[in-house]
Amino acid sequence: MQAEQVRQVVLDIIADVSMEDDLSNIKDEVALRDQLDLDSMDFLDIVMELKKRHKVEVPQEDYPRLASLSSCVEYLTPKMMQ
Amino acid sequence: MSERFDALIIGAGMSGMAASIRLAMYGQKVVVLERHLIPGGLNSYYQRGKRSFDVGLHALTNFVEKGQKGPLTKLMKQLRIPYEAFDLIPQKRSLIHFPSQKLGFTNEFEYFRSEVHQAFPNDTENFDRLIEKIRSFNETALTNEYLSAKLVVKQFIRDELLVEMIFAPLLIYGSAWENDMDFSQFVIMFKALYFEGFSRPRGGVRTIIDLLMKKMEEVGVDLRFKTGVAAIITGEGRVRGVETDKGDILECAKIYSSAGFGETLKMMTDEPSTQPRVGALSFTESLFCLDKKVRSTGFEDTIVFYNDSDKYHYQASAELYDPRSAVICVPNNYSQDDAQEEMVRVTYIANFAKWNELPRPQYKIEKEKMGQAAWNLVNQVVPNLNANILFQDLFTPTTVKKYTGHEGGAVYGSPDKTRSGQTGIEGLYIIGTDQGFLGIVGAMLSGISIANLYGLVGGDA
Repeated sequence: MQAEQVRQVVLDIIADVSMEDDLSNIKDEVALRDQLDLDSMDFLDIVMELKKRHKVEVPQEDYPRLASLSSCVEYLTPKMMQ
Repeated sequence: MSERFDALIIGAGMSGMAASIRLAMYGQKVVVLERHLIPGGLNSYYQRGKRSFDVGLHALTNFVEKGQKGPLTKLMKQLRIPYEAFDLIPQKRSLIHFPSQKLGFTNEFEYFRSEVHQAFPNDTENFDRLIEKIRSFNETALTNEYLSAKLVVKQFIRDELLVEMIFAPLLIYGSAWENDMDFSQFVIMFKALYFEGFSRPRGGVRTIIDLLMKKMEEVGVDLRFKTGVAAIITGEGRVRGVETDKGDILECAKIYSSAGFGETLKMMTDEPSTQPRVGALSFTESLFCLDKKVRSTGFEDTIVFYNDSDKYHYQASAELYDPRSAVICVPNNYSQDDAQEEMVRVTYIANFAKWNELPRPQYKIEKEKMGQAAWNLVNQVVPNLNANILFQDLFTPTTVKKYTGHEGGAVYGSPDKTRSGQTGIEGLYIIGTDQGFLGIVGAMLSGISIANLYGLVGGDA
């Protein structure tokens, strides 16, 4: 999967997890937490959805790497190429 | 061959249903065992003739508007249920009704704050400092120490009457302790009632139950009614499965029990290491269907927390019920009301043992007497009501025991909670009332939090 597709995968998941949030103006470099109403329960769901939809495992120590959209893409792209 | 599950949930109440959705949503094989014929547990509904009644739910706490942050929207997100589906109608106002003072509160905290400032001018700054303390406190941390809320609040507030008035609604809507509550629970309740406030789904508690049931079906939860648990099978310090009261053996990796802390431990085949106390607080409720709306007399309040002196006695009742305080709830007196008839509910603190030992004819007589006292109180609090009772129903602590399975009919369970959900047995966790998050919203969040923590994060499924 290419970086652009990975970005869309993450956006789709955030849209489902956050339900009420508007994702149209999201900035890739800014922490997701600072732009959206996401707490630790929601981050858990992002991880769980990655596993459920794409069989990607994110170990707990790597959760900080999902902080922003660009760090998500950087971290997940190699994993999703496998 | 016995059946095998990743997760087995005891009880299809709010916490059990919420927990089951979370686990099944992420691929676990989940079964929910419910002793009764209908779901909901402590918060359920029943039908008498053409009328349908809610049990438990006076109001949904934690009201926020769509898009606002709060426990309510958090649980909707976790369960993937859209805000609109709850169809919430906000309250107009509720009232803490003591003889020498009255404090109203609405879903705007500023209203309550100004009521307190007006009634207690010597405590205005103290009250505001208490608010700061409450605002900055993380009440849902599962590692919080147990702490007396009265001790904390009295460090801020000087007037005893104000302390009593602040505590009255919070205690009766959730405390398993007498005359006090754990500070974390106090903060949960303070935010739930005074910061956020009350609302009611248009269809009552049934709306919520139906939403949860639909979600459970979508994610593939196996829900079995009329199936109680006879024994929790343990071995070498961990859970193996359960034996149902029909004699079937179900194997499972993890059990999430909403049956109560002590009640759950008693089901174990191994000797438990601790024995939580039985709660002392149970209630009676009198329910009146009326031919006239209370609003027509100018009465605007949704819920009245009535007390007959400056001291509020939230403790085991010495008599069948304690007439000194009551909650009077008008469940249709919200900002919109499309109900044909009026309904009023009166809750008294009551003594389980005393009701339980009454012989049948006597029980009926005492129940009628209690209903009469409740009706007199309604007419005292709503002057010039002049309504006729079309239908009346009464329940007592023995009814609570029958439907919740809580020992002593203790509505809010044991005074000994297990905030972490742990029981000393690997794979056995407590959710709901005895985990300690309060109210319907709290119960659902309890199921969600414990399922997340032990089923998903630390999940080995």
